Amino acid sequence: MSEHMKREAVARPLIFEIGSPESRCVDAPALDVPDVDLGVVLGSGARSRAVRLPHVTEIEIARHYQHLASVNFGVDSGFYPLGSCTMKYNPRIDEWASRLPGFAGIHPYQPVETVQGALGLMHGLQEALGEISGLPAVSLQPAAGAHGELTALMAIREYHVANGDARKRVIIPDTAHGTNPATVAMCGYSVTQVPSNDRGGVDLVALQAALDTDVAALMLTNPNTLGLFDENIAEITGMVHAVGALAYCDGANLNAILGKVRPGDMGFDAMHINLHKTFATPHGGGGPGAGPVCVNEMLAEFLPGPVVVKDADGTFTLTTPARSIGRVKAFLGNFGVLVRAYTYIRALGAEGVTEVAEQAVLSANYLKERLRGAFDLAYDRTCMHEFVLSGERQRKQHGVRTLDMAKRLLDHGVHPPTVYFPLLVHEAIMIEPTETESLEVLDEFVDAMLAIAREVEEDPEMLHEAPYTTPVRRLDEAAAVKQPDLAWKPAE
Amino acid sequence: MRFIPVSCEQRETMLHAVGARTVDELFEVIPASVRLARPLALPPGMSEIDLAAEIEALAASNTGGLVSFLGGGCYDHYVPAIVDDVVSKPEFFTAYTPYQPEISQGTLQAIYEYQSMICALTGMDVANASMYDGATAFVEAALMAARVTKRHRVVVSAAVHPEWRAVLDTYAESGMIEVVTCPAEWGTTDHAALAALATDAAAILVASPSFLGCVEDVAAIGTLAHDAGALLVVAANPILLGVMEAPGVLGADIVVGEGQPLGNAMSFGGPGFGFFACREQFIRQMPGRIAGRTKDVDGRQGFVLTMQTREQHIRREKATSNICSNHALNALAAGVYLASVGTVGLEGIGRACIAKAHYLRDALIATGNFSAVSDAPFGNEFALRYDGDVGAMQHALLERGFLAGVDLSRFGDEFAGMVLFAVTEKRTRAQMDRFIGEVVSL
Ligand SMILES: Cc1ncc(COP(=O)(O)O)c(C=O)c1O
Repeated sequence: MSEHMKREAVARPLIFEIGSPESRCVDAPALDVPDVDLGVVLGSGARSRAVRLPHVTEIEIARHYQHLASVNFGVDSGFYPLGSCTMKYNPRIDEWASRLPGFAGIHPYQPVETVQGALGLMHGLQEALGEISGLPAVSLQPAAGAHGELTALMAIREYHVANGDARKRVIIPDTAHGTNPATVAMCGYSVTQVPSNDRGGVDLVALQAALDTDVAALMLTNPNTLGLFDENIAEITGMVHAVGALAYCDGANLNAILGKVRPGDMGFDAMHINLHKTFATPHGGGGPGAGPVCVNEMLAEFLPGPVVVKDADGTFTLTTPARSIGRVKAFLGNFGVLVRAYTYIRALGAEGVTEVAEQAVLSANYLKERLRGAFDLAYDRTCMHEFVLSGERQRKQHGVRTLDMAKRLLDHGVHPPTVYFPLLVHEAIMIEPTETESLEVLDEFVDAMLAIAREVEEDPEMLHEAPYTTPVRRLDEAAAVKQPDLAWKPAE
Repeated sequence: MRFIPVSCEQRETMLHAVGARTVDELFEVIPASVRLARPLALPPGMSEIDLAAEIEALAASNTGGLVSFLGGGCYDHYVPAIVDDVVSKPEFFTAYTPYQPEISQGTLQAIYEYQSMICALTGMDVANASMYDGATAFVEAALMAARVTKRHRVVVSAAVHPEWRAVLDTYAESGMIEVVTCPAEWGTTDHAALAALATDAAAILVASPSFLGCVEDVAAIGTLAHDAGALLVVAANPILLGVMEAPGVLGADIVVGEGQPLGNAMSFGGPGFGFFACREQFIRQMPGRIAGRTKDVDGRQGFVLTMQTREQHIRREKATSNICSNHALNALAAGVYLASVGTVGLEGIGRACIAKAHYLRDALIATGNFSAVSDAPFGNEFALRYDGDVGAMQHALLERGFLAGVDLSRFGDEFAGMVLFAVTEKRTRAQMDRFIGEVVSL
């Protein structure tokens, strides 16, 4: 592991276990109005027992979280080729922008005349995403990719209902991300899965067999989760439309095609965009992201409200589309994330946005070529922004699993690729370098992967125990489930 | 600006390695018929210096320096300096979901500590790692209650935030639940109506404080719910839980809420985060990620994401929710916030909000221009009826530097003439006195 991540002799105490009962950091302000008797004001709603929170001074907080940061790995720590997640560099100008008081300090119910800058930014982002996706009507409300999927699928359902056409099924390919089927279920539809063909695309015969007038939509990621562009896309969306169903694009892989091809032009009716992937907003250790939904004119009136519109006199206002599905979130969306994405798009401009896709695709193909001898390629084709290796050879010949190799990468200071996804590739290793990594970093990764491939042959036993140099080693996940310890509780 | 550290020469090396002459060759897998044959119609890129100036101007064009009495789910609380310092550490904010626990102990331990704090505040046994916001956490609680009870109908109080109820209605269109609204009398739920509606319900969902700021009789509602075999879902404002009773003590089975007040900027309404906590017996139906404490092969303490068989990446269409990314960084901010204020600070801040809200309400009523909407106990927020044109009043006060509450008519005609005021610990007596002076002079 990189030098900054050191193994410690003893575990870091919990924040509850440090400090003393008198330790204080931030106090309430001096009360400048008459005090209230909480027992009288709140009656039976008043607290009967003090909340047991940590009691620490500021230096203890600073050191505690500094320590926790030091045993955490982010994009700034090193290479993070986590397939499907687009772990690119998060420009600091975007962070700065989101914290400007004029953005961070405004309230969603302020009169619109006091927030024209914020609404103008949202409008500008709507326009940019509409242009990039080829789907001009945009809602910025969804909070993440999965939330965007749900929002768009609800709009599609509403569209069918408005046509007096209650449909029941949604088709997804076997390469789909887990959120796709979960979203389908949350939307009250049933899932029909179709297999991939031997080129990693949708099997057209199986698709045709699955399509009928009961199908509400197809959900497809293109490029798909194998990192492959489905060449039959126009035919696929055509087949879907022929039975009156709509085509939905999971936009998680948009980074690969920015400025090259637009989902709207492929025949998709709707998509979500993960701003926390393609548009460089940070993942925050799990979130927040934002999952704007872009749709064509046909679906525009079903989008959740409010959306930002520009009036004839140039002022920005909020309106709810005519036959809106309603709200999917309180307020307007993850505005702080929208500020970052807007700033990023303005920094890059049309040319820069397109260069992102070009370098992301070139870097992925470069890694694929360099690794092809040592590992099996799930599909041997030109890839887009990511590609999938299979660890099946290593498992069969040496009993070393993809998990072991991933854990060994930790000893090389690299965050492992996505593993065991997509599900149809055995022992899958899904690698997405992104455009923000230098050739030196890519080559170091290749060296690490090749070294591990050699270790698999020479010392497979050693790999079962990896990693060796991380702050903690393999954790007992079975025990974590069997004897759940999910919260610290004070001793009674 | 570009963020690509590859030189032209290196690009040639890479192209050579992949056996392509140009990058465009790599895109030939995309049929020409769908490819974009023109540049994107976006403005040209900018240098960081020009961009900073433009973005700063955009931010500055939002009116600043206003004294705010706006609330309704998003509040102008103080954020300690240490909070932004911690969430600005790149090891936290540039990390992905902690799927590789060996190098994610920072995020995982911080989540575990956050979960512990949420349990302490709410009186629940387990909490998840966060949801998108209070509204979606509220909906997920309704869906979860339906799974737990195997019942279909949920009863939501009309005193809950209208936007949260709107989100609930949107999700209910799937047919997974049916939503029935229980009438409320200006901010508090009608118990008699609730008793009638509770039969066969999966859950009763209330907020305390309610949308209009009123403190509900949660214990009585809990009894009603449990007598009918329904779960009690309570939405709480976490910053008041230092002074308000833990909903778990009052009988709640699931406690949710909007976490923004805990150390997160208002940011035009997002990102805040949803907190979600429940009783241990329901854990297998809980949505979202959960961190747990365990040991590594050498026996040292460590943390992992656990109980993942509930989640979409394992269970796909049978998952408890489709949620994947959550609001981890906002939850981290909340954890740092709660650690820095501690038991005493949180109690003091809750008390300050309530004392100041009572001061302002009394003073506004004393002006003669406002009258009470409800006599129910309240916390940091209250609704008043304005005798006059609300829009004109707010406009005049805006000119004098005040955001004079939320005009409730935006939520429907039944609220016409009513204004919702929120007061945080940041508002001073001097500000409130000046505000009252301006109200009187209107
Ligand atoms: C292909 C794909 N679809 C959907 C999602 C879900 O996005 P989010 O985590 O933002 O909800 C992901 C995220 O990992 C993904 O990779």
